[in-house]
Amino acid sequence: MLRYMIMAREFDTAMLRLYRQGKAFGGVYSQLGNEAVSVGSALALDRTKDVLFPMHRNIGGHFVFGQTLDQLMLNHLARQGSQMRGTDGTGHYADPALRIYGNVSHLGAMIPVAAGFSLADKLRGVTTVSMTYIGDGGAQVGEVHEALNFASVHKIPLILIIENNQYAYSTPNSMEFACERLSDRAVGYGMAGATIDGTDVELVYTTCSEAVDHARKGLGPTLIETVTMRMRGHAEHDDFSYVPKELLEEWSAKDPVERYIDRLIDDGVVTREETDELRASILNDMIASIDRALEHPWPAAEEGLKNVFMSTAGEGH
Amino acid sequence: MQMTYLEAIADALRVEMRRDERVFMIGEDIGTYGGAFKLTKGFLDEFGPSRIIDAPISEAAIIGASIGAALNGMRPVAEMQFMDFVTNGFNQIVTVAGTTAYRWAIPVPMVVRGPSGGGVGANPFHSRNSEAWFVHATGIKVVCPAFPDDAKGLMMASIRDNDPVVFYEHKGLYRKIKGDVPEGEYIVPLGKARVVRQGSDVSVICYGSAVHMALAAAEAVAAEGINVEVVDIRTLVPFDEETVLASVRKTGRAVVAHEAVLTGGFGGEIAARIADKAFSYLDAPVKRVAAFDAPTPFAPTLEQAVLPNSDIIANTIRATCSF
Ligand SMILES: Cc1ncc(C[n+]2csc(CCOP(=O)(O)OP(=O)(O)O)c2C)c(N)n1
Ligand SMILES: [Mg+2]
Repeated sequence: MLRYMIMAREFDTAMLRLYRQGKAFGGVYSQLGNEAVSVGSALALDRTKDVLFPMHRNIGGHFVFGQTLDQLMLNHLARQGSQMRGTDGTGHYADPALRIYGNVSHLGAMIPVAAGFSLADKLRGVTTVSMTYIGDGGAQVGEVHEALNFASVHKIPLILIIENNQYAYSTPNSMEFACERLSDRAVGYGMAGATIDGTDVELVYTTCSEAVDHARKGLGPTLIETVTMRMRGHAEHDDFSYVPKELLEEWSAKDPVERYIDRLIDDGVVTREETDELRASILNDMIASIDRALEHPWPAAEEGLKNVFMSTAGEGH
Repeated sequence: MQMTYLEAIADALRVEMRRDERVFMIGEDIGTYGGAFKLTKGFLDEFGPSRIIDAPISEAAIIGASIGAALNGMRPVAEMQFMDFVTNGFNQIVTVAGTTAYRWAIPVPMVVRGPSGGGVGANPFHSRNSEAWFVHATGIKVVCPAFPDDAKGLMMASIRDNDPVVFYEHKGLYRKIKGDVPEGEYIVPLGKARVVRQGSDVSVICYGSAVHMALAAAEAVAAEGINVEVVDIRTLVPFDEETVLASVRKTGRAVVAHEAVLTGGFGGEIAARIADKAFSYLDAPVKRVAAFDAPTPFAPTLEQAVLPNSDIIANTIRATCSF
């Protein structure tokens, strides 16, 4: 768990460095503040059986599900060797062998798809838990409503985590929804729901583990709201001056990674020296992996003219 | 006054909002933040939160509520943060807005606008040119300006129009294209093409970003003695068939170009009209230049391979003229 938390954090550090060097391509969406949600929730799954539909601030889950650093970087930066051949970038790839199915930009579009993935296994008499995510803003997309209702009616083993990080781009919670907690909606769908502190990785893990058990018993989907704070702009181009400084200060005291490390040190599980060393070595690995990815050329132009259909895979103009 | 394409659109919106109390805007992050492209920067301060409405991420509600307000006497302008997200409000536009005049004879004076188009290294979900979808839907006007003055004049005309308008702004032109824009009220009527370059040998019929590709191609082949006429249709619905046919009857050759994908694109409609109504004037088959039939890819090498460009248009002009 510690390793994944640090990987999630240092991935950001490395991407930010790349952005500042002007070498990043496409949006750089920090997950600073959301590490506990993506790591704790993915760890609650059985990665040989279950399936992950991550969103743009869930890099931690990619690591938990076994994605290699080099492959993730190639995909992210859309270089030759990317699993999407350069057609798309960031975390949008799918890796069926690792049971990871990435998102599209259209918020909420993959939630009914995640439900359908589990439905297929249900029809075969197998229980596959689909874990997927949406933001406090994305949760206002109509498809989210349809997917949850559908999953609840058909008792599909779907877990939707609403990552409430207070802002949707520049829009605060108060302008996105008028209910008290986003998990209140679970009642309306007739499904289980909970709102928890999303900065506590152990709490996220235990809550998600309960939701997984619930799903495995055939009791249907769960809606979990994890309360966190987006500690940077929407993407790196955004200076997030609309976020009150006090709010950031308040939340920085609850930094999910620092908080977990402190707890482990207090409990005598690790020492500060050990965690510092681990961080430094993981960051080095990240930077080295980015450098290797950047040595890859852009994908060959012809790739853009292939595979629009499976039936003509490999064909061009 | 010199303005960028983006500034010209903002100017049109500001002029109309000052002039007409019924005009209001609704969209995501348009208020405090001033929009993802900063197009509505300062609007919240000037017009207040009741006329610059920051909406939840709910495109169906944004468009549907605009339709409702339009039915009830207002003139809403709905922003899609990227035009790609209009898919989430598609049903509202096509099913409700596009059929209301025909069934109820009640006007739905609203504009859905936003940044579209590729060539900027976005991804398949931030690059689409989807204008042909709405052409095929019936009952919806479709506007695709190429220049700052047209962007302003067409926006003002769209807001004043009594039918639903989908207004495609090309994000690649936002800050790249600058031009002289008339101050204050300035209307460019919907349904009037603009001959942006006079020529005698071949007509390039185009709109949006392809107009700039066509102009560059025209310059390139001018040195070879080919005199190109460039016709910017500006609006797809209504379509100014007369200006297009007059140009083709004059030059006897036609190349049709757009950035959107080839198959099912509006270029096919233009080519069909020319074949139908100017057949006897043609000295060569009508050729089309458009994107390869694929989503717009992310990596720059792929994106260049998929999208049309001025070289392809120039080569097509040469082939047409030597037919
Ligand atoms: C359907 C749709 N509308 C608009 C957008 C543009 N957009 C991308 S991310 C974003 C804000 C997302 O906020 P939230 O869901 O809270 O997630 P966060 O980024 O805060 O994690 C917006 C408006 C989009 N991607 N999809
Ligand atoms: Mg958010």
